[in-house]
Parts: sequence; structure tokens; C-alpha cells
Amino acid sequence: MNNKSKNIFGNGLGQLTIPIIAIAILVIFNLIRDPSFFSIELTHNNEGNSVLAGNLITIINGASELAILAMGMTLVTAACGGQDISVGAAAAIAGSAFVKILKSGDSISAGTVIIALLFACIVAMIFGAFNGTLVAVFKIQPMIATLILYTCGRSIAYWINGGATPTVTSPILDAIGKFIPGIPVPTPVIIVIIVGVIFKLVFRLTSLELFTQSVGINGNAARLNGINSTFVKLLSFIILGICVAIAGCIGVSRLGLINHETLLIDIEMDTILAVAIGGNNLGGGKFKVGGSIIGAYVIQMLTITLYAMKVSSTDVKAYKAVVIILLVVIGSPVVKEKFGKMMNKLRSRRAKVTVKGAERS
Amino acid sequence: MDNPILLTMRHIEKRFPGVLALNNVDFTLRKGEIHALMGENGAGKSTLIKILTGVYQMDGGEVQIEGKPVVIHSPQDAQNSGISTVYQEITLCPNLTVAENMFIGREDSAWIQRKEYEKKADEILGRLEIPTRGARILGRCSLAIQQMVAIARAVDMNCKVLILDEPTSSLDDKEVNMLFKLMRDLKAQGVGIIFVTHFLEQVYEVSDRITVLRNGELVGEYPASDLPQVELVAKMIGKNLDEFSALKGSGKDVSKNGEVFYEAEELSSSQALPFDFKIHKGEVNGFTGLLGSGRSESVRAIFGADKVNGGTVKVKGEPVKITRPIDAMKHGIGYLAEDRKRDGIIAELSVRENIILALQVMNGFFKPISRSESEAFADEYIKVLQIKTASRETPVGSLSGGNQQKVILARWLLTHPDYLILDEPTRGIDVGTKLEIQKLVLKLAEEGVSVTFISSEVEEMLRTCSRLIVMRDRHIVGELTGEDLNQAQVMKTIAGGEA
Amino acid sequence: MIKNNSLKREPLTDTQLLTTITIIIFFTMYFTAMGTLGGGFLRFQQIFDILNDNASLIIVSCGLTIVMIGGGIDISVGAVTSLVVMSCVMYLNSGGNIFVSILLALGIGLAFGLVHGFLISYLEIQPFIVTLAGMFLARGLTTIISIDPQKVQHKGFKTLLDAEIKIPWLGYTANNGNRVDATMELGVVIAIVVLIAVFILLRYLRLGRAFYAIGGNQQSALMLGINVKRTRFISYVISGALSGISGFVFMMHTGAGNATNAAGMEMNAIAASIIGGTLLTGGVGNVAGTFFGVMILTTIKKIVVSSGLNQPWWQNITMGGMLCFFIILQSVVLSRRNGKKKAV
Repeated sequence: MNNKSKNIFGNGLGQLTIPIIAIAILVIFNLIRDPSFFSIELTHNNEGNSVLAGNLITIINGASELAILAMGMTLVTAACGGQDISVGAAAAIAGSAFVKILKSGDSISAGTVIIALLFACIVAMIFGAFNGTLVAVFKIQPMIATLILYTCGRSIAYWINGGATPTVTSPILDAIGKFIPGIPVPTPVIIVIIVGVIFKLVFRLTSLELFTQSVGINGNAARLNGINSTFVKLLSFIILGICVAIAGCIGVSRLGLINHETLLIDIEMDTILAVAIGGNNLGGGKFKVGGSIIGAYVIQMLTITLYAMKVSSTDVKAYKAVVIILLVVIGSPVVKEKFGKMMNKLRSRRAKVTVKGAERS
Repeated sequence: MDNPILLTMRHIEKRFPGVLALNNVDFTLRKGEIHALMGENGAGKSTLIKILTGVYQMDGGEVQIEGKPVVIHSPQDAQNSGISTVYQEITLCPNLTVAENMFIGREDSAWIQRKEYEKKADEILGRLEIPTRGARILGRCSLAIQQMVAIARAVDMNCKVLILDEPTSSLDDKEVNMLFKLMRDLKAQGVGIIFVTHFLEQVYEVSDRITVLRNGELVGEYPASDLPQVELVAKMIGKNLDEFSALKGSGKDVSKNGEVFYEAEELSSSQALPFDFKIHKGEVNGFTGLLGSGRSESVRAIFGADKVNGGTVKVKGEPVKITRPIDAMKHGIGYLAEDRKRDGIIAELSVRENIILALQVMNGFFKPISRSESEAFADEYIKVLQIKTASRETPVGSLSGGNQQKVILARWLLTHPDYLILDEPTRGIDVGTKLEIQKLVLKLAEEGVSVTFISSEVEEMLRTCSRLIVMRDRHIVGELTGEDLNQAQVMKTIAGGEA
Repeated sequence: MIKNNSLKREPLTDTQLLTTITIIIFFTMYFTAMGTLGGGFLRFQQIFDILNDNASLIIVSCGLTIVMIGGGIDISVGAVTSLVVMSCVMYLNSGGNIFVSILLALGIGLAFGLVHGFLISYLEIQPFIVTLAGMFLARGLTTIISIDPQKVQHKGFKTLLDAEIKIPWLGYTANNGNRVDATMELGVVIAIVVLIAVFILLRYLRLGRAFYAIGGNQQSALMLGINVKRTRFISYVISGALSGISGFVFMMHTGAGNATNAAGMEMNAIAASIIGGTLLTGGVGNVAGTFFGVMILTTIKKIVVSSGLNQPWWQNITMGGMLCFFIILQSVVLSRRNGKKKAV
């Protein structure tokens, strides 16, 4: 069984090679196409704040939700050997819960926003725990278990919203979704950094990383070493729940409205893709959160590059597909092996040539 | 002898990254003979077999069947050449019926004749006296039956060469005898059988000829009747047996008078029937019995590895509850599982992470061992146990079996247990490491650690244990100490001589 | 002991057990609806309506069931269906020939199946990623062909579109006293043919058993002399081809191409297969179960509407609940079963 879940991009330190190469190719491609592609300028937005602008900022800013979700998804993937396909739907629910609280009072104060955020987190954690229970206790494959929420999550969000797409406006939400006055960096980017740092801290201050990998690689052995694998799997889903809530709230704050149909639409596929591009084995086990974050930026950079090339937003998928296929084919163990053999042959041929002349030790 | 030659393998060579697994190995099989292929783990037996069955491709050499060279690139090629294999692990599909398993992959038409297959299967199963039916789903049969179905399949394929790779390890005595009868029948029909096993007595019971491999090289081919058991062992190991005898006796002087460390009454689990058990501080005892006698299941119950159903447990005289592994660990109990690959190593994690795992679990989720500390622990135990690894960050899965076992030992030693349960710690590892582990057990006992030691090799247990608990059919049937602690008595008790 | 064994009937296999549960639940559900809701549920036309609306879902679910039995997954089926619809509509509107458009549908489906199969079986890339890419590609190509909805203008096709099979004896008498015949679309016939073909393939053909074998234990299947790679390859090719057929049937039902056609169909097909007792782990499943899975999934929607839960969210929420119920039920049934086996 384990042979099935071969790492699609190789192992260990080489794990980050593919995403980094992908970024490098995209950067070079863009520089050749349009040298000013990456130029960044300081401009003033409608509120009169000085803010950074440019394609690079658009990419980094736009990938924020994806990056946050990818971090959580990496943990779920590692612990359970499967993916959560309900993150988009769950984010819609969290976003609706967020808006529900914001709308409950007359005015939106900082306090309301914090309470709304916490409420959204709790709601998303409960749904995460639901998925996690199906996976950890009932031993259902993650994709199947989360198919339930995928099917009905957006409808639940619609229900919470009472059949409407309510809008909320507040300077505090603008500060979350766009810019904090005085800081030229988009807030979502800052949130990604904070979430990343928290992940790093959690790995440093707890045994989450070791336990998750142990459970993902060999659940039997983990159990016999006293690890409570049910807890670890459940925890990974709950952590993903928090990530979902944060991503959902960012999404809502950006637009100032909650639309259950379009909020973070299709993001589950992109998230899984980010995890895979990051060199993580979708069959579980060893993982690198950093890889998934880079994966998220690779996807976003690709999307923005295509936009810049006047590809319409609906057509982007087709081009994305071609790039994905290219990436996975290059990363395929079979192709690698064949390529390695070819290189060896070439090398030995060259070696033979050199041996003729000089002695080798 | 006189029988015509059926299969010859000449100058077989197989290379894996960094290792020469087979170096210029020859092997000859005659018609109607049972040929034992012997060697320690890592000798190259399984590699040779996998080349013959098309799982691996050889890097050099030649294979001939009945004088004609054959090329084997896949299991299908092997089947077509008349080579059938029955592996130790069941290689059938549990979700298909017995009949389907017997005929799949070799149907002659695109349509399957279910009824006909089931009838044919029942006929063959009846002839071989295998108690199952063609229509039954394979996954609902016992492991032994599944194994025999695999043999039945091979038999029905009119194979010329039948390879049995450790076929007896999951069978009980009665089933082994059935299998041997079957093997002799096939031999009489002119089938050449290659028999791989770890059980020496079985080799002598059925084999005509023995080929010994060591470190990927051919040691020699001998008629079974000309090769005494001791000499066979010597050839497999490649060194003198004196080292073994030096160890003798040292296990017996452990005092068993004194503080009782662990005591269980009527302990039972989902896998083990109720049993009583106690162990003293600094004592080495053993559970023995045939496979399936309940020895592993009993120690798993002690550790809380299976669902515990009942019984009272005392540690150091205090009543405690042990229902999960973590409970046992908190009371100073460590458990090295029988199946290293399945229950022991975390293959893709490094040696370092594998070593600190149990200690980390005991420390708890919120108190991670720092990187530098864990490196120090790993280095220490790599040195103490002489673990052969490229570095402490090497994935443990890439180590040899013996070194993997040492890593798991290190894992438990690091928790400084009061009581260590070792289930088959020496299985499938080289003789040198075996000795080291035996010595280590005795040393631990001297330091006051209680040890339960389980091994398939009774000799090994006699050397290390001062008390042997004998199990049969999931019950404890005897406890041997002092004078009774000898091979004859153990065998008698296992076999039920005095009952 | 041997004699005892031969007298006893063999217990149901996992596949049979799960399928039986599904069928029982479907009939219980339907009869309850007939009893409590009455109305449309008392007419045969209700079943035909469900079939007419879901012929293409049945077809892709059959393909997906094959892939899942082999231990894989294909999430591109909905997108490929949509691409086929759009391509065929555009081709027909440019004055094409119906026969060629059928070939085009099959060709597109086969092309996707072949590429998926090759990448998954021979390059050993994870099926989820490959078919995800396939899904993106198909959806993207659909919008590239046309972002706007397209209606078929082709004359010959219109007759095909309106072709209905009337079954008078299953009809009913309407309130005004007129007799209304039960009608079935051509697509349903195709779906039933596909269903029977796949049933025969899985049960009576060597290839079908090979799908079960590779899903049950890939390593063993290899040892038993099955060409695992080729078998897996074929499973994706079949799934692709069926997506092509599904696309054509979809077009015969709607008569128009739209970029959002068959949205979410892949997940409905997966859900139908699961409800029908196909396990994603492979080796267990049955196309008869899948058919009832589709029926359950779509009947529940009708029931929700008929019982007055008019808000748009109830359909999906009930569907989710239904799925949840089946998934947990199967998990409990199978684990109890395996637990018992070990204890004996």
C-alpha cells in the first residue's frame, strides 16, 4: 500500500527544488516578457494612504488566503494521508458567521470585530472537528468524509445568511482586508506572516511535528509508542479549521460582503495543489509547511502572469492545468528514474572517453 | 543425483545502490527434488528468488529451464516459464473469492465461468484436503488457509518450479504436516521445489538438497543427508559456534527472589484469554510456545497494545490501570513489537527522531526535546549500541534490519524503563547483532531492569531467561525454572507431552 | 468441519451487503414518499423524470465506479462532460453532421481518458492531481470555446432532442381527465445500455475481475499475473469514454451548451458511487449499487421540494445529511463485520 503513496517530487532536502524552480522559471519568463512586470511603486489609494502597488504585491497579497489554507492542509495531509476538500465551503460558513455577528449590532466596533472573529473561528473549528471525527474515529478517508461538507457547506452558509448576500462596511474591515492606515503593506500579507510565525512557534514549543509525521507514516507504530493518533488527526482538522476561519474572514473583509457561492470558490483544489507543488506527499507522512506556502505563491504567480497576458479569468484554468501536468510529469518518479539512467549513460560514456587519456583513482 | 536438471542459474549478479546483493551465484534445481535455500537475512535468498520470479531484473548471469535459456522480466514471464511462487505474505486478493484467486490472471477466455471455476476449485481443494470452498471470499478465511489456497493455485498451474518462500511461518503443526505431505506429492509428480525457511528441523524433514548463501555469495550445495545441522548453521553464519556457548549459563544466575515489579491477575484482552503473570525486579523471563499460541498476544495485553477486557494489574504492589500503551509507558514499561516494520519503525523519519520518539511521548505534547538534546541522545545510543548508520539524520527505513532493531531498542532504553518487553527482538537480524542483543538483555537485568524476552529460537531463550512461561492454544500450560529449564523439557511442554 | 462448511450458505460479500443496504433504503424512502407526500410520487412519470434528468449522471457514475473499484479516482468527469457538450454544440451549429458529433464526443472523452490513464498508470502520478488537472483543462477549454451559452440550432439534432419514448400503460390520468403517457428520453436508453454493459463487464468479464483485483491488493494482483498498469490504464480510458457519452446525452437533454454545465457533477458521481457501496479504498463496489446511489441522491431532492422545504439551501443540506448517514453506516457495518471475523 505504501508504495502507492510515493512522493511525487522526491524526498528530503530536495523537496523544495520543484517549487523553487517553478518560481524561478515564472520570474524569468515574466522578466523577459515585460521587464517592468515586477516593478513596485508607492501610490496613494482612495483613502489617501500611501500603499505599495505592483504585480508582485498583487501576487503576494492575492495568495494570502491560499497560503493560510495550505499551511493547515499540510498538517491534515501529513497526519491523515488525505485532503480536506471542504475548505472553501467551510470558509463560506465561517465568513457567514463572521458577518452574522457584525450585523447583530448597530455599529461595528473593534470589540464586535474581535468577537465576530472568535465566533467564526469557533464555528470553523466545530466543522473541522466534525470532519476530524469522521476521519479519526470512524476511519473514513478524508476526501470522502469532507465530501459531505463540500456538498452542503455553501448551502449552510446561504442558510445562515438568510438567503441573501449581506454587505458590511467598516474601516476596521478595510484595515483587515486591505491596508492599515500608515502601513504600506497589505494587511493579508501581514496576517500570513503572523500565521506562519505561529506555526513555527507551535512546532518549536510542542511535539506536533514529530507526532503528526509519526502518525502519518506509521500509525500502528505511533500508537504503540503511546501517541494518541485519534487526537493528532482531530487536532490537525481543528487547526485547519482555524486557518479556514482566518481565510474566510480575510475574504469577507476584502470585499465587504459575504457571497456564499463565490467566496473562495474552488480554493480547495488550489490548496491541495499548493501542498503537492510544495513537495509534500499527498499520501501523508513527512511534510514541510514552507513548501506549501511557496506552492501557494507559485499558483498565484502563474494566475497573475496569465492575467497579465490577457488571458481571461475563466480560461486561466486550462493554462494552469497544462503547467500542473508539466510539473508533475517532471516530478514523476518514473520520469526521474528514466532521466537519471540517461544521465548515467551519458556520464559513463564521457568517463570512458576521459579514462583513455588519464588515469583515474 | 540422477534426476535430470530442471533449472540452472549461472553467475547471477544483482546490484542495488551501494550494495552488491548477489555476486556470481549459481543455483541448480533438479526434477522431483525439494531443495532448501538457506542463509541468514541479507544473504541474498530473497533477491535470488525475486530474480527468478521476475520482480527484480538481474544485472548479470543466465537462467535456463530444461536447458533452454529463459528471460524473465515480469511475474507473468515467470508463470509462463513454469515458475510459481508462494510468498510468506499472502499475495492473493482478499476481496475476491477463493476460486477467483486460483484462476485469475490465467483465464483462457475474456469471459469468466464462475460456476465452472468454483467447481474446479472445490475439486482441487478437496484433493489437497484444504478446508474451504471456492465460492468463499478469501479475506474471510484464516491466514493458513489463504496460504494453502496460494499453493493450490500454483499446483493447478502445472508449474515445473515451485518456490515456497517461508510458507510455514503462519501455519500450526498440523497444517505444516499437511503442507509437507503436499510437497512430497508434488515431488513425486516431478515438480522441483525451492523451499526457503528459517526452521532448521523442517529443512531436514523434507529437503533432499541444501544450497547455502552468505553475504550474497554462494557457500555451496550439499545433499541434506551429508550436512549435519551444526555444520549447516556454521556455514550460514560463517563463524564458529563457540561464541554461542560462551553465553550459556549466564542467564541462569539471575535471582528471582525479591521485589515483584509487575503482577497481573486474570488479565485479558481482545486477543488474549485471561492469564496470571508476574515478574520480579531484575528478572529475565520468557514466553514461549508456537506461533499463534498466544505468547505475543499476552505481552501485548500487558502493554495495553490491544483492547484490554479485564483483570487487575499491580506495578510495584500498587494497583494500576493499563489500557493504552501510554499508561504502560508511564509505569516504566517498554515494548519492542514483534513486527518491526509494521509496529516499530517510522521508516521515513530519521534515526534521531526514531530514537527520541518514546521519550518525547512520555515528556508530553508541550515539552518537546530540543534539537541539541535529541542530537546528543541519538549520538550517545548510536555509539553505545553501535548502530551502523550514515548519520543520525538518515531515514531509519534505509538501515539494515538489525540496525533498525537497535534503533528501536535505543528508543526504549532512552526512556530508562523498569520493565522491558522484547517480542522477537532477534528475528531476521544477523547473528552478530543477535549476540549483542542477548548480552544487552543480561546486562540490563543486572542493572535491575525486568525483561520479558520472546524468541522463536528456544535455545536463545534458554540462554537468557531464568524462567520460561510456556503457552499452547492461547493458554499458559507450564512454567519452567531451574533444572527443568532445558530444551527437552521445553519441547515436551510445548507439544503437550505431560498432558 | 469441511462438511459443515459446504452445507452453509456463503455469507454476503462486502459488496453485496452494501448494495443491499442501499437498495432497501431507496425503496423504503420511495415508498414512504408515496405514502406521505403522494402526488407525483404515485406516478411512474416521477421515476422517468428522475431518469431523464440524470441519465448523464448515471453514465459518468458508472465510469467512476470502475475507477474507484480499481482504487483510483477521477474528478474530471463533470468537466469533460461539459467540454463535450460545448464542443458538440459549436460543431453542430457550424453545420456539422450528427454522426461526426457523436465521434467527436467519444473522441474528446477518450483523449482525456487516455492521457489520464497514461500519466497515472505508466508515470505513476497521483490520480487526484492528474484528474484535477484534467478537470481544470476541460473547464478552461470549455470557456475558451465559448463563454456564452449556446443553443443547438441544428435541424437534425432537434428531432433527436425531441425524441421521446412513450409508454402509455405506465401513464396516468391527469386532473382534467386526459390520459398522459409516461415518456422517457433517448438518453435514458443509452444510460441503461451503459449500465448493463458495465454490469456485465464487472461481473462476467476477466477485465472486470482484474479491476477488483488491483483495487483489493495491487501487489498481489501483480503476483497473480495481472497486468496492473494496463488494467488501471483501461479503467481511466473507460471512465473518459463514458464521460464523452455522458456529454452527448447531456446535450440531448438540454439542447444547449453552457460553461457551467454539469458543475459539481464529479462530486455527485462520487457521492452516488459511495452511497451505492463503492469504497474509495478500492476492491469493493457494484454498478447496481451506483445506479441506486444516483436514484437516492436525486429522489431525496424531489422529496425535499415536495415536502415544502422551498428555501434553496435545503436540497444540498439534505443531500449532505444523506451522504453523512451512508458514510457512517458503511463505516460501522464494515468495522463490526471485520471485528467479528477477527474474534472467530
